[in-house]
Amino acid sequence: MKKVAVVGVGMSKFGELWDYNLRDLVVQAGVEAIRDANLEGSEIQALYGGTMASGRLIGQEHISALIADAMGLNPIPATRVEGACASGSLAFRNAYFAIASGAYDTVVVGGVEKMTDASTAEAVTALGGAGDQEWELLQGATFPGLYALMARRHMLEYGTTEEMLAAASVKNHANAVHNKYAQFRREITIDDVLNSKKVADPLKVLDCSPITDGAAAVILMDLDKAKQHTDNYVEIVASAQASDTLALHDRESLTEIRATKIAASEAYKQAGIGPEKIGVAEVHDCFTIAEVMAVEDLGFFKKGEGGKATLDGETKIGGKIAVNTSGGLKACGHPVGATGVKQIVEVAWQLRGQAEGRQIDGVEYGLTHNVGGSGATAVVHILKRR
Amino acid sequence: MKPGLPLLWRRTKERYNLIGSKCESCGTHYMPGRAVCPKCRRKGKLVEHKFSGKGRIYSYTVVRVAPEGYEYFVPYVLAIINLDEGAKITGQIVDADPDKIEVGQKVEMVFRKIHEDNPEGLITYGFKFKLAD
Repeated sequence: MKKVAVVGVGMSKFGELWDYNLRDLVVQAGVEAIRDANLEGSEIQALYGGTMASGRLIGQEHISALIADAMGLNPIPATRVEGACASGSLAFRNAYFAIASGAYDTVVVGGVEKMTDASTAEAVTALGGAGDQEWELLQGATFPGLYALMARRHMLEYGTTEEMLAAASVKNHANAVHNKYAQFRREITIDDVLNSKKVADPLKVLDCSPITDGAAAVILMDLDKAKQHTDNYVEIVASAQASDTLALHDRESLTEIRATKIAASEAYKQAGIGPEKIGVAEVHDCFTIAEVMAVEDLGFFKKGEGGKATLDGETKIGGKIAVNTSGGLKACGHPVGATGVKQIVEVAWQLRGQAEGRQIDGVEYGLTHNVGGSGATAVVHILKRR
Repeated sequence: MKPGLPLLWRRTKERYNLIGSKCESCGTHYMPGRAVCPKCRRKGKLVEHKFSGKGRIYSYTVVRVAPEGYEYFVPYVLAIINLDEGAKITGQIVDADPDKIEVGQKVEMVFRKIHEDNPEGLITYGFKFKLAD
């Protein structure tokens, strides 16, 4: 397989963006990525688009062709990839394979979701599609409900507390203050989280990621070609993915995302490093409990100690491992199809030293972790500084 | 989700009577039933199994923000039930004070209304659970 680099990244503002439609958002991100890569556009040979639920949210399918059209990239092949909230990472991974295989040398990835044109109830119903419709959703399950079931077991088995969960949200809000693209750029306190409205006990509103509009784009290039083209690339040293049962109840353990553990183990093997070498990680914090489980399943902390480590500040900027410097899904926002691509954008900025007020000093390796549904899909990528 | 009539009709066996499957090769029970045993794959031999409907609460939550069509039930207890035969399923716990639910409590299946489209629409029935004595 050929080696692959990220040579350009871009994203739109994340938030409740009533002035922009899906086309506007994806063009904003795409134009920024092409400019960042110092390309003209005609060098791009293929496109992969990640979107989860555009059909349910805005009635628009065929998103890959739409992106190629809006970006003026016709007639290159354009393919949509869907894996619920991990759609963006899956699009990125398919673009990676397209270059690693030798089929192309320059490929663009776009992730996008336009969510706020739909009502909250419609958006919640559309997101439910990531679970098992017939055996979870029809029984009255919601996504906060499914993660609450995991949180309950984690609290029972490991003594994790609601304060520990809240600390993940507080930390992500603090990070987002320094990210001009983030949806919520304001600090909150643990009491704010604990006193916010209950959604599905023990999870409260401020434990949950929001409904967000946004897009992110990256340009991938064959590593040898990238070296000739620019000094500003980062290398993809691992791309791994795993699946698990669609329904949460079919899993042996509710206190881990097994697909994450398997993908992470494979990714560390590909990169030839262990978790202690990772300096910055963008993990899938759709709910606070998801971040606590992620920092354990990715090997940063022992199983059961993720909550305490979070409360103790070990995942803050300047802590043992900086987690979700962008603000994560919680505070940067979670336009589902864009999230996995945004994680790559943030890690690339960190590795290139362009993360402004949230920059980690001297970071060599960065990791992204994107989950679909309650853990039926997990994708892990590791990037390395030039 | 708004389930259509065929979706409900073709699964009444599971939904009304908790009939799933059992793999005779490895002894694992599945609810809903599976056509392929993930443990044995081609060596699996799946047969129908009617669950007793008895089990214990493995985890639970109180849903306070409901999806479309479930607003009427809020707040409701949603749980993962560990059935006595070994399979786990998702279902609601009814006729109980949400504050008094605990992991490990014994439950048994009851037949209840699951979902209602609108006053003139389709009514979905199926299994829920209540605390057992």
